[in-house]
Amino acid sequence: MRYVPHTEADIQQMLEAIGCERVEDLFDAIPEKLRLTGPLALPAGLSEQEVEAELGALAERNDHAQGMPWFLGAGTYAHHIPSAVDAIASRSEFTTAYTPYQAEISQGTLQAIFEWQTMTAGLVGLDVSNASMYDGASATAEAAMMALRITRRSKVAVTEGLHPHYRQVLETYLGGLGTPVVTVPRGPDGCTVDPTPYLDDDVACLVVQQPAFLGSVERLADAADKAHAAGALLVTSVTEALSLGLLRAPGDQGADIVCGEAQSLGVPMGFGGPHLGFLACHTRHVRQMPGRLVGQTADAEGRRGFVLTLSTREQHIRRERATSNICTNQGLCLLMATIYLALLGRRGLAALAQRNLEKAEYAKSRVRETAGLTLPLSAPTFNEFVVGVEGSAADALARARDAGITGGLDLATHAPEVGPAVLVCTTELCRREDIDALVAALAGGAR
Amino acid sequence: MTRNASTGIAYEEDLLFEHSRPGRVGFALPARDVPEVDAGALLGADAVRDDLPGLPELSEVDVVRHFTRMSTWNAAVDLALYPLGSCTMKYNPKINERMARLPGFAAAHPLADPARCQGLLELMVRLEEGLCEVSGMDHVSLQPAAGAQGELAGVMMIRALHEARGERRRVVLVPDSAHGTNPASAALNGFDVVSVPSGDDGILHPEAVEAVMTDEVAALMVTNPNTLGLFERHIGAICEIVHARGGLVYLDGANLNALLGVARPGDMGVDVMHFNLHKTFSTPHGGGGPGSGPVGIKAALAPHLPVPVVRRDDDGSYRLDSDLPGSIGRLHGSHGNAGMLVRAFTYLRSLGAEGIRRCGEMAVLNANYLRVRLSDHYHVPYDGMVMHECVFSDKHLADTGVTTMDVAKRLIDHGYHPPTIYFPLIVPGALMIEPTESESLEGLDRFADTLIEIAQEARDDPETVRSAPHRTRHRRLDETRAARKPVLRWQPDPAS
Repeated sequence: MRYVPHTEADIQQMLEAIGCERVEDLFDAIPEKLRLTGPLALPAGLSEQEVEAELGALAERNDHAQGMPWFLGAGTYAHHIPSAVDAIASRSEFTTAYTPYQAEISQGTLQAIFEWQTMTAGLVGLDVSNASMYDGASATAEAAMMALRITRRSKVAVTEGLHPHYRQVLETYLGGLGTPVVTVPRGPDGCTVDPTPYLDDDVACLVVQQPAFLGSVERLADAADKAHAAGALLVTSVTEALSLGLLRAPGDQGADIVCGEAQSLGVPMGFGGPHLGFLACHTRHVRQMPGRLVGQTADAEGRRGFVLTLSTREQHIRRERATSNICTNQGLCLLMATIYLALLGRRGLAALAQRNLEKAEYAKSRVRETAGLTLPLSAPTFNEFVVGVEGSAADALARARDAGITGGLDLATHAPEVGPAVLVCTTELCRREDIDALVAALAGGAR
Repeated sequence: MTRNASTGIAYEEDLLFEHSRPGRVGFALPARDVPEVDAGALLGADAVRDDLPGLPELSEVDVVRHFTRMSTWNAAVDLALYPLGSCTMKYNPKINERMARLPGFAAAHPLADPARCQGLLELMVRLEEGLCEVSGMDHVSLQPAAGAQGELAGVMMIRALHEARGERRRVVLVPDSAHGTNPASAALNGFDVVSVPSGDDGILHPEAVEAVMTDEVAALMVTNPNTLGLFERHIGAICEIVHARGGLVYLDGANLNALLGVARPGDMGVDVMHFNLHKTFSTPHGGGGPGSGPVGIKAALAPHLPVPVVRRDDDGSYRLDSDLPGSIGRLHGSHGNAGMLVRAFTYLRSLGAEGIRRCGEMAVLNANYLRVRLSDHYHVPYDGMVMHECVFSDKHLADTGVTTMDVAKRLIDHGYHPPTIYFPLIVPGALMIEPTESESLEGLDRFADTLIEIAQEARDDPETVRSAPHRTRHRRLDETRAARKPVLRWQPDPAS
């Protein structure tokens, strides 16, 4: 076994020191009847060469965004990842370390988290960001539970524009507490209707996804005013973090907690994980925040350094009274996103977000001038929007796939009321000719 | 003594923001091939931001040097023994990383047509089957993103099963030696937590469980081997007691490494368990994650699995099934940390049945060897053979004023990451050492020699130990100050 260094001579020497004759004697504490009598029914181990052949064959049986034009987003986004991101994030010093409990020999990880906290807080317009959650869905559930603790209220209101999987995860998490979830519907333009009638005295927070699942840019400042008037918090959930490079910061529009998914910032799509949940809030709410936090301090000689802090909120100290059960988070994905934000920086992120908007506007203009296709929602969008098709969306997407394109998400399940439609996402990876080909394929049936 | 570390150049490195120079950028867009648009006009001036003042302006060179320098400040498994107890810091094979980066895995999309993700779905089903065989459970869901989410899923399924039987049980029993996530996960799901005391020998006794077992108890959460590194030898009788009153047994699989190929939780009477793929199955710990925490169950709980469930049909094709009315629901936005699943599957295929058992055996051999090497020099709170880890305490150093914290910090001077300290809570001043199977005999000897030397130093020169570390870039960092006046982000110096 190439990962285990022991020679037979080593084993004998060690057994002798321990006072055992055989390796099996080490397991004397396990009652005989609980011990396996034969080998596990698993195939024999493989060499690297054999592993590569087997896994390579499995990898080839998946459509992927490096092999074809890709217009499928819906919470997981195909963006270009600069080479430096993986080159740095692959370094063993980052990948083979664990949670930075021992600060003096974890400053690389700790400083990167502090930089992430700084940049994320700035991007979302709030004071404090934590050191990551599992994904956007669980971050949103944790944000809602945080609002329940802060307000000591008993219900959660959620817009229809929240990603359906986020909604499901939220309900799973809240199920154990028996918390009711109220839905604030979507209006005909794609934006959420006036939430006021849905916000009674028991509602702890209004959760608004920005942009909404169907792409619409919500009127956040208005939602914040309405939530606050009802004594509730505004939680803003973001699935496409690149939108933060263009849209006004949710915190600046009144959001009290901003959470979501930062996969777009340098993390591979990877069939949906590992991704990067994030959560940010005001300083006044930090004691109710879930997850790890890094703070600045000094060493015995007065030099600046960083440590995990405010850990009395956490499970390893507080046990059943902790703000969350989270322990291991998404540290390495956080590092990728920190490198990504550093590379793109103040100008690059804004330019990239602008480019995504331009691609979408070009695509929408082509849809408008194409017979058989419609734009059923009128609200403004960022890089994702709904295209109405004739016939069935499944047929339209099959035509696109025949043309070598992954065309988007069939909305038959998630939003049947908009009619046969496809949720299309255009990132910087989509070239003009790809967009033209997609529009032609989606419209194919109308010809 | 052969030294594990020497002095070298440690680079200084400011924060990203302090490097920033207006006009620098580390990124370029392709030529624009679509018309320019006015975002303010499209979205409304109020909806668009003017600037991103929180982000730095740096070249690619600046960024690469910045993070590469910072990387040199970390201890890591690839540099040296990292004996963090209960975390199983074993070697992470490089082939795992290469496989996870294949575009067919890394650039696949969770909402793509399942008919066009057959390779990934097959990998998931085969990994589930492999984990079932290793653990003796009947089904596995790969969705939980880390061990704590696996616990949550498990506790939710337990509640769902009781509710399906028309029972609403309110209590979860947790031994006093358990990880903090156990009570936190139970509480998050609305249960009252009742602690069960360990016996004088460090393990759970049937009488202690019997004493708190009532019809209100939904489950007992037990870690086996436990956090003292001891096998819970009464697990069979304990499961019978819990089952007799209609309760279920949850096993925290954090320490599964010790049992690989030797024994299986499913054969012990356990109903639900979670795996930590980042511990037992060699996926990297990543400076705090991502992990992966699949949850395994016995057949009775299958109606309550998280959705979607990955199924293999008779024709050999794979699909996602969300039609499970008794399901606890969805736990993850997609299918869990799929990239970690690729790495764990790669490991499972590399090891095979024989390799798996070898890992478990050598992990236990290493822990016992260290126990024997150190037991004359460090206080052993619970005597006898251990499994994957061994726990010592600082009791023998009481007269020197040197504590476990000091020993841990002094180990750093010698180039080792310290063990887990002050845990489990039932051992005051605990030092919890888990060497894993990755360490060689001579490496263990070097580490043991270092710890013995520190024990001697605590008597000869306690001040040197108490003020450690001395050879690191930073001296001991002030955690109290960080918590008292939290500085959680960088702010521009108002004076400049």
